[in-house]
Amino acid sequence: MADLPDAATCYELLARMSLIRRFEEEAGRQYQRAKAGGFLHLAIGEEATIVGTTSAMREEDFLIGSYRTHGHAIARGTDPKRVMAELFGRVDGTSGGRGGSMHIFDAERRFMGGYGIVGGNLPLAAGLGLSSQYKGEDAVTVCMFGDGASNTGNFGETMNLAALWKLPVLFLVENNLYGMGTAVERHSAQTDLSKKAEGYGIPGTRADGMDVIEVREAVAAGIRAAREEDRPTLLEVVTYRSRGHSAADPEVYREPEEVEEWREKDPIETFARRCVEADVLGEREVEQAREAAEREVAAAVEFAEASPEPALDTMYENLYAVTDSIGWYAVDERSPEPHRGEHEAEMPEAARELAEAGAAYAEQPQEGRRPNPAQSGDAQDGLESRVGSEPEVGDEPEEVEASEEVED
Amino acid sequence: MAELRMREALRDARAEEMRRDEGVFVIGEDVAVFQGAFKVTEGLIDEFGERRVRDTPISENTIVGTGVGAAMGGLRPVVELMTVNFSLLALDQIVNHAAAIPYMFNGQAKVPMVIRMPGGGGHQLGPTHSHSFEALYLQVPGLLVACPSTPADGKALLKAAIRDDNPVIFIEHESLYGTRGEVPEGDDGDGGGLLRFGEAAVRREGGDVTIVGVLKMAQVAEQAAAKLAEEHGVEAEVIDPRTLRPLDLDTILDSVRKTNRAVIVEEGWPHGGVGANLATLITEQAFDHLDAPVQRVTGADVHMPYSKRLEQAAIPHEEHVVKAALATLEGAI
Repeated sequence: MADLPDAATCYELLARMSLIRRFEEEAGRQYQRAKAGGFLHLAIGEEATIVGTTSAMREEDFLIGSYRTHGHAIARGTDPKRVMAELFGRVDGTSGGRGGSMHIFDAERRFMGGYGIVGGNLPLAAGLGLSSQYKGEDAVTVCMFGDGASNTGNFGETMNLAALWKLPVLFLVENNLYGMGTAVERHSAQTDLSKKAEGYGIPGTRADGMDVIEVREAVAAGIRAAREEDRPTLLEVVTYRSRGHSAADPEVYREPEEVEEWREKDPIETFARRCVEADVLGEREVEQAREAAEREVAAAVEFAEASPEPALDTMYENLYAVTDSIGWYAVDERSPEPHRGEHEAEMPEAARELAEAGAAYAEQPQEGRRPNPAQSGDAQDGLESRVGSEPEVGDEPEEVEASEEVED
Repeated sequence: MAELRMREALRDARAEEMRRDEGVFVIGEDVAVFQGAFKVTEGLIDEFGERRVRDTPISENTIVGTGVGAAMGGLRPVVELMTVNFSLLALDQIVNHAAAIPYMFNGQAKVPMVIRMPGGGGHQLGPTHSHSFEALYLQVPGLLVACPSTPADGKALLKAAIRDDNPVIFIEHESLYGTRGEVPEGDDGDGGGLLRFGEAAVRREGGDVTIVGVLKMAQVAEQAAAKLAEEHGVEAEVIDPRTLRPLDLDTILDSVRKTNRAVIVEEGWPHGGVGANLATLITEQAFDHLDAPVQRVTGADVHMPYSKRLEQAAIPHEEHVVKAALATLEGAI
């Protein structure tokens, strides 16, 4: 087991992991209250993987991730207020409410997104690596993706290209043992994911994702290889998510005993205990880290609730970079009254009325628990079938603790 | 002025922009050592070297994705996809990343890249190698789409595309690479020699019917116009849009308001094609000026057959355009 770093660093690691944990728990709660919408992918249980990685990166390095990246942005230093506001779809969100949970982005801190297409970020990482190499810059790109992504075409193609062009990228597979609802033994012929890129010319190693120090050291080695030897590498980090794939997942694909087993290896609790036993941190400081996380996340919710919704007439902003080459950038050609995108702010009366009428459908009928579509059938249940007989509704799946219970 | 072939004009555009801006580089399959599958990158590696003119493995999706990432990292990639047909493999990176990133991250990143690809049929290359997908790309917000038909336009639009900060789908035509045309001489220095997106060209003036032709069909439209004048005494106005996104709808509408009739010619499939979109726009916005329904001349609704006779029957020729133009005149009220 690797040595603990100094007290200040240990506190920082603990505080950051605690912040991400509290944030994710609260995000799940806000989703149940229908304040956050769409798909919500929580990284509870994966905090050591995230913070171990970012703590080994320098400011000039790039980080690019999957769709489960609230924690990745926060670990890089993004204000949790702005991440929460993005989940709420508000103007002060990291992407102004345009991207949502799957598309967090923070250019200033070189967190390059947040991508909804599984594996789609791998070629982007190769491109970021290429840009550093081309410009003769020192920056390394750390590309994080899941075990499911290692089966996509993106993976093979990118591994080959990175090896061929010696791109300064560390490819990090966050193996949380499930690609959505399919266990890794059922989706990957090669379950030792660290071996998956060998054939393409990229050797791999493995690290325990529940141990923040082990992750930190493994990532540091990969970054060194990329920066000093122009060697892209693959690092498989084995971790576990204690919640479902997303907030609407009833987890019928795994046993509650397994979830409980992994909870006992909780990365934050085990790290805190180790620091206390080694006299590097006191119980007081562990408590402080947790209280600070509580405060920050409470402030984040307050901030998000107070942030306004985007104005309807800003719908076309940032669609194009308006430059000398193009005089106008979008046209709203929907009838009636088609108009130019840059005139959206003064859109004709009919168009404005219709935009408002459309937006009115977004209003929630009441605040309260969001029904879980995976448990209670889809939104069509209850509607009269227009063709043939009523569809048969199967047995309700067993209520599973993880998604049904909401921690208060 | 020099007389250049389209492929030379496109090559010159890139060479000039690469000399001007260190961040411009070319990647694609066989662009370097092979000098380009259609020789459109001929000579570039000799002048600029391997760092700036890179051969890639066969990985269209990742070639485009790497270009997007490099653009996000501050460079200006000019990606070559060997043909429009292979671009289907890269659709995810084009639609969900290149086109969407500036918008979904609220302007925090831009994607100043050009994706060049030739399309079209007519060489018996068969069903998987003869597509025309202009309509597919013009649908996607966030992209710019260029479709130049002359060497001068090709050069000026490609230079503009490279300097533009938006992702550009630059669609060329395999049969047009050898066509010659007058191209303004030399580098522009700074400013001139570029074409603005969203400016159509009126190739021929006339008062009886408007004919809009895309890519190679712009040439077919001109041939049809000549025939209409000689054999039928009909004066057609021929418009080459040059860019499909943004589209210079104003020029087209002005013309229709003058002629009261419109024909759109494209090589792609009819359903949901360029003509389908344009015909609707014309009908919506110039309805009172139309004396007849808008006619579309398109490729046949079939996978491109290999047989020479079948293939030629599936592609529009001047006879089709002449017939369509005459139909609009017969439809006069």
